[in-house]
Amino acid sequence: MSQDLGPEETLSARFKLEFDYTRSVGPVVGRFLMGLLQRRIEGIRMSDGRVLVPPTEYDPLTSESLDEFVEVGDAGEVVSWSWVQVPREKHPLDRPFAWALIRLDGADVPMLHAVDAGSESRMRSGGRVKVRWRAERVGHIRDIECFEPEDAS
Amino acid sequence: MTEKLPDKIETIITPISLEYEYTPGTASTIFLRGMKQGRILGQRCPVSGAVYVPPRGSSPTHGVPTEGEIEVSDHGTLRSFTVVHLPIPGSEVSPPFVAAIILLDGADQTCLHVVSGCEPSEVRMGMRLRAVWKNRADWDYSFENIRYFEPSGEPDVPIESFRRESSA
Amino acid sequence: MREVAVVSFAQSAARREPARNEVEILMPVVTQAVEASGIPRHEIGFTCSGSCDYLAGQAFSFVSAVDALGAWPPIVESHVEMDAAWALYEAWAKIQCGMADSALVFGFGKSSPGEIRDVLTLQLDPYYLAPLWPDTVSLAAIQARVLLESGKASERDLAEVAARSRRDAAANPGAHQRDPSGVDELLARDYLVSPLRVHDCAPISDGAAAVVLAAGDLARKVCDRPAWIRGIDHRIEPHALGLRDLATSPSTRLAAEKAGLGSVPPEVAELHAPFTSQELILREALSLDAGVRVNPSGGALGANVVMAAGLVRIGEAARSIREGEASRALAHATSGPCLQQNLVCLLEAD
Repeated sequence: MSQDLGPEETLSARFKLEFDYTRSVGPVVGRFLMGLLQRRIEGIRMSDGRVLVPPTEYDPLTSESLDEFVEVGDAGEVVSWSWVQVPREKHPLDRPFAWALIRLDGADVPMLHAVDAGSESRMRSGGRVKVRWRAERVGHIRDIECFEPEDAS
Repeated sequence: MTEKLPDKIETIITPISLEYEYTPGTASTIFLRGMKQGRILGQRCPVSGAVYVPPRGSSPTHGVPTEGEIEVSDHGTLRSFTVVHLPIPGSEVSPPFVAAIILLDGADQTCLHVVSGCEPSEVRMGMRLRAVWKNRADWDYSFENIRYFEPSGEPDVPIESFRRESSA
Repeated sequence: MREVAVVSFAQSAARREPARNEVEILMPVVTQAVEASGIPRHEIGFTCSGSCDYLAGQAFSFVSAVDALGAWPPIVESHVEMDAAWALYEAWAKIQCGMADSALVFGFGKSSPGEIRDVLTLQLDPYYLAPLWPDTVSLAAIQARVLLESGKASERDLAEVAARSRRDAAANPGAHQRDPSGVDELLARDYLVSPLRVHDCAPISDGAAAVVLAAGDLARKVCDRPAWIRGIDHRIEPHALGLRDLATSPSTRLAAEKAGLGSVPPEVAELHAPFTSQELILREALSLDAGVRVNPSGGALGANVVMAAGLVRIGEAARSIREGEASRALAHATSGPCLQQNLVCLLEAD
């Protein structure tokens, strides 16, 4: 911005706002993340018996505290999805992909993640997808790199 | 995975990063264009006559737009200060340094800047200051064109004169 | 319950506005609303605003906004980090408690300096959702697909909402999305995030809006035809998207019931739907049939000043009453991903 600007030009400056938050996860989120590190997905049983993945410390409907962990599968069914033709810089994949609500085998409540399907034609509600694990896992939701259609392998 | 797993996960790091194209608004633009020319420009409240520097576009006490381009002096009076012992990331000043509230001559609103050119122990309320500018060739659209304020050697202003009956 | 009315409403001409800062946009809007209210500025008992510092990336911009008010001698003031419709709720509650007889409510925001789709990601659960950076449009597109696959709506229905909103926005000086394209033309365009196209999403808008509330006799004294708030309520659903039936909005339905919508339909409904699909979901939740005039202002699809667009709905609904176009109007505001939280305000003439 060091050059002289004309009287009608609007001054502007790019800036980046950045924070690295270190968040305490607590026992329930912490156990789920520890599971991811070990390539295991655990949900939690809600008061009405349904299994919620990822787990919360409380029942989202009744607010009762929850503690019965249930291991679920690493594959499941797409409940709904959207197709991102042009990924944004922050998106988990740098090529066209789907966001999807995925009901894992053994779970009742779908979870949100990305699906690396290659093309939109390979996505459909009711379609099967499975986890692609990140090689370097640290105990974080992104230890799941993404999901992929089950017929991909 | 050959390395040892942690026993449990207690914290995660979640980076937040957002990019913006900042624009300062019309009043602050007047100030920043003045800076580029080595001038300190404020605006006047049409109701009270108070001069705000740097201007934000409104008279905060009357809720009306401020007007004009009012040049104020680069000399002023230190109204209050603190000695800072923590470094500012990316700043050329190193601790301990003095952060001061300064009322420029001709302005009715104080601004915040750094005082240097003397020992922190010499700094006092009422002290007269003058701006130390960067080299003209380095002037940009920035308040940082003023590197810091230093004692001007003029006689102190009595602290009693700071008192005001009420706001402008 | 005390009777409380909207006695004035003002808004800026929403658009991308790089030249003015938030205070410069807000100040004339506040002045216009206060002057139109007939209540002297210094007699207004309470001030409450809604905004979000992350929009323009300016820390404490909500504090700077007080510079637009002429807050001297010091005023009683509060702020919500939500759409200003919730600031209006706080002000209404303050008046109900007898702590004020009038209130200034305003909302403002500049979405254009930042990446609004990413900024709104910060309102998501920070452990499981935000680290993936699902943006607002992507999440709304998942919701839209649930609606489409439920058989309740088609992509053509969505485009019809867009075309109608843009037509109405063209007649509203406060709005700026005025593309006159017809439905077939819109449907021929590419998806943004399938199944949503650009026309299904609200535009990026900078602006401000303000409303003045007054109680009982004061409202009657300053206003010929006050828009009385007959009921106002807001409800929230669980945060996890997987727990919700995204094709419906039970929180809207319940808020409307608690606000007293009952079986008498409003003549006008101003719905805060930043996506075409969400308007259809809201219409069903509120049981609005074809006889109800929905979003004559063009709605959030015509101008979407984030943090003010919900308050604008209340202001527009009140305007329709004060100008005699309606005697009963419904206003709705939303917050959170995929219509997570919803506020319903019922307004009537005397």
